[in-house]
Order: sequence, then C-alpha cells, then structure tokens
Amino acid sequence: MRLVHTLWRFTPLLLLAVVWEAVSRLGLVSEFALPPFSDVVTAFSRLADEGLWEHTAQSLYRGATGFACAVIVGVLAGVLMAWYRPVHILVNPLLRCLYPMPKSALIPLTIMWIGLGDNSKITLIFIGCLLPVVLSAFNAARGVDQVLIWSARSMGAREREVLWEVVVPAAMPEILSGIRISLALAFILLVSGELIIANNGIGYLIDILGEGGDYAGMFAGVVTISTIGFFADQGYVALTRRILAWRE
Amino acid sequence: MTSRTPPAETPSSGGISIRSVCHEYRPARGRPVLALDNIDLEINDREFVAILGPSGCGKSTLLYLLGGFMPLQQGGISVGGRDITGPGPDRGIVFQNFALFPWKTVRQNILYGLEKQRLPKDERERTTRHFIDMVHLTGFEDSYPSQLSGGMKQRVAIARTLAINPDTLLMDEPFGALDAQTRSLMQEELLAIWNRSPTTVVFVTHDVREAVLLADRVVVMTARPGRVKKIIDTRFEGGMNAEIAKSRPFLDRVDEIWDLVREEAIVAGSAGAG
Repeated sequence: MRLVHTLWRFTPLLLLAVVWEAVSRLGLVSEFALPPFSDVVTAFSRLADEGLWEHTAQSLYRGATGFACAVIVGVLAGVLMAWYRPVHILVNPLLRCLYPMPKSALIPLTIMWIGLGDNSKITLIFIGCLLPVVLSAFNAARGVDQVLIWSARSMGAREREVLWEVVVPAAMPEILSGIRISLALAFILLVSGELIIANNGIGYLIDILGEGGDYAGMFAGVVTISTIGFFADQGYVALTRRILAWRE
Repeated sequence: MTSRTPPAETPSSGGISIRSVCHEYRPARGRPVLALDNIDLEINDREFVAILGPSGCGKSTLLYLLGGFMPLQQGGISVGGRDITGPGPDRGIVFQNFALFPWKTVRQNILYGLEKQRLPKDERERTTRHFIDMVHLTGFEDSYPSQLSGGMKQRVAIARTLAINPDTLLMDEPFGALDAQTRSLMQEELLAIWNRSPTTVVFVTHDVREAVLLADRVVVMTARPGRVKKIIDTRFEGGMNAEIAKSRPFLDRVDEIWDLVREEAIVAGSAGAG
C-alpha cells in the first residue's frame, strides 16, 4: 500500500520523462537542444563507468566543506551579533557590503587569490552561504521572547547559559530555514564555480561534455547534480522536522 | 481553602521593602513615559499581596523591578533585607503567557531550574516528580508545551517556579490568559498550595474578585503614571473559603475596590482617547 502510494507520487516525474522522450523523438524540438531521455539514460550509465562518481564526489566534498563552515561560522556570528553589541558593530558593516554583491562575481577573484583547486570553490561557497545563515541567526536571536530570557535568569542561569540554552534553541526554527536557503545556494555556487574554471567536479564535467558536443552526456550530468540537490533538500527538510518535533 | 494563617515553622524570607521607586520608559524616539511615580510599599514576610490597576498603570513594571529584570532608576527595593541587583532564584516569577521553553518537555522544563541550582541528580528527579504530581500533570511528563492546554501550561509554569523553592513568588497576571472555569480552579489550587507552604507573594492582576479572593492586602494603583492609590485589607474572619467568597462582606469588599479601580480605568481610558 505504501509502495503504491510512493509510486503514485512519482507519476508526474514519469510523465515528464515520457513527454521528454516524445517531443525529442518526434522532432518537436531539436535533438541538440533536448536529447531524448533514453539517450540521456544511456549516457548516464556510460559516464558512470567513466568517472562520473569521482567528479561528483569531488564536487560534494567542496560543497559540503564550504556549506558546513558557513553554517558553523554563520550561526556563531549571527547569535553573537545579537547578544554582544561590539560584535554587532564590528560585523554588521561587513555584512552590509557583502549582502548586495552577486556572489558569482567572486569566482574570478577566488581563483586569482586561492588558485584552481578545491579551496577557491570552498571559499566561494563559504562566503555565499554565510549570509543567509548569519542574517537568519541574527534576526532570530534578536527576536527571542524577552520573558524566556527572564525566566531562565530568574531560575539562576548565567548569561552564557542563557545564550546557549535559551536563545539558540528558541531561535532554532528561523536559523534552520536560513540554512535551507544556503543549502540551495551551495549547489548554485558549486556548479557555477566549476563551470567557469576547474580541473574536475560535476560542473567541469558538464562543461567539457557540452563543449565536446556530447549533449546527452551533458544532460546526464545536469540531471545527476539536480537529483542530488533534490535529495539533499528533502533530507534536510526531514532533519528539520525531527529537530523541531516540539513544534507539533 | 482553609485558614491562611502561616505555620510558624517555615523559615522567614523577611518581606519586601519598596522605597520611593520611580521608573521611566525612554523610547528611542518620542517622549519618555513615566510608568511609576514614587511608589512606597512594605510587604510582610509570607504575606500575599495583590497589585490591582488599569492596564498601563505600571503594575507589571513594578513586578519586573522586583524580579531584577530592569535596572532600578530611582528609589530602592530590598527583598529579605537585601537590595536587588539582578534576577535570582530567591524570587520566582510566573508570567501571563507561561514563558515555558517550548523545546523542552514538561519534565525538562521543571528540571531546568533545579539543574541551575546544582542539586544532585536524584534530588532533582525526586523534586520534579513531586511537583508534577502536585499540579496534577502525571502522565504528561514527556509532553511538549505545544501539546498542552493553557491551564496545563500555566500549571507547569507554576510547578517550575515553585520547584526551585523561592522565598518570594512574583506573579504577573498568571491566570489572565485562561478561560473562566480554568482560572477559578487555578485560583483554588494556588490558595491550597500557598496554605500548605506560605511564601511572600506579589500577584499582579486586573481582576478585582481574584485579588480579593487570593490576597491578604490589595494595592490599588492609579492610571499612568502609576502611584499607590489605596491599600485595602482583604483578610476575612476564619480565612478564605468557598462560603466566604459568596458572603455579603466579601462581595461588598469586591464592590468597594471595583469602584476605586473603575475611577482609574476611566482616567486611563480618557487619557488614551485624548
């Protein structure tokens, strides 16, 4: 029964695959613009033997490292900004400058400074993902109900205990939704960074396959990273729901 | 609801002394607002005092000053002979909107204060057990506040505050958010708890009947800026019980105080409109 239900939920995706195959086979759109779905599947299984997973693993390492650093630094910075005025005075101007900047404009800079390797991609993802996390953590921590803090203080909690035991958990729902935005941003910056210049990674693979005229292969790369992105988000949402089980 | 005479063996907390306290709110923009104007009030050890007044009269401000949550601008407050310098577990507080930690279960909410008191683990567990039973929440230990009714949440908040055994209990319209039946039951429970182990209570409310029912003395405050308008003794012969709460003298006392409050509510209302 559960299986049927799951299959039913994937029906729209199945339908999409059928339509995709049809419009391409019937010549409604050019094969170059949209290679038939079955060709993409064939290309995928070929690429799977030819280094697709190595490239993917490389990309995920960069993405995960940059994203994890952004989450840790971002939550800390945001909460401390809300709690300690000097931190706010110090960090806020930097954030204001960074906020409107298109993060992809940093790609050439990070390469110039740090080089072609992993670290330039990690830095880019870190900077890009940092902002949504800092801002959500800052706003959430600043908006924590005063009486919760007073309650903790009157029960004998010290200032630092109030910060970690009351402010952070109370701010958690908003922090977690900021992190979700960063998760999507991590994928965007990862692929665009690798597309522009890299020696390996899924973005690099998509780029060289496209340039070599292997459009089915290119599509296979795009579908792979999109699928990973989809499951990362689904996994994150499930995790969020567990952490916030108390919200009902 | 029997006699309110406190048993002699409970240790003394020494009462509360409020001397010439003024408090002004200074918004970032606009004119400063005087919330409290020269409040003088002596509260005896283990006395139950209700503070009554129209909304905006500064009665909550006075309570927050007693709690040590806001810096004292002018005047002095001492509790148990010591000047207040900040919040502390000697003064437990119950807020109108419960202020429970929503990410903690009933048990964890009550445990929190006990952990802060650095009590040994088995004692924490025992005390938590005792207070959960006392406020009739057995079976809901592992529920989150979002799964409880308003009355249950307020019982958790009261249990949490009583568990740390404060000398003074500060209550900020604790039953204001509850429906009439629940409020009435909670009033009875609070009186029963207080009769068993009387502590000094400062109870802020705008419900006249509640004030007369619960308190030894009722402090009526003026509309903003808040001053002490009148202090009325509301102790009844033989203590409070359900019969007395229906008697002529009780209802007369409620009426008398209601008239005082109404005068101020009218002032507050016209000030708001003008």
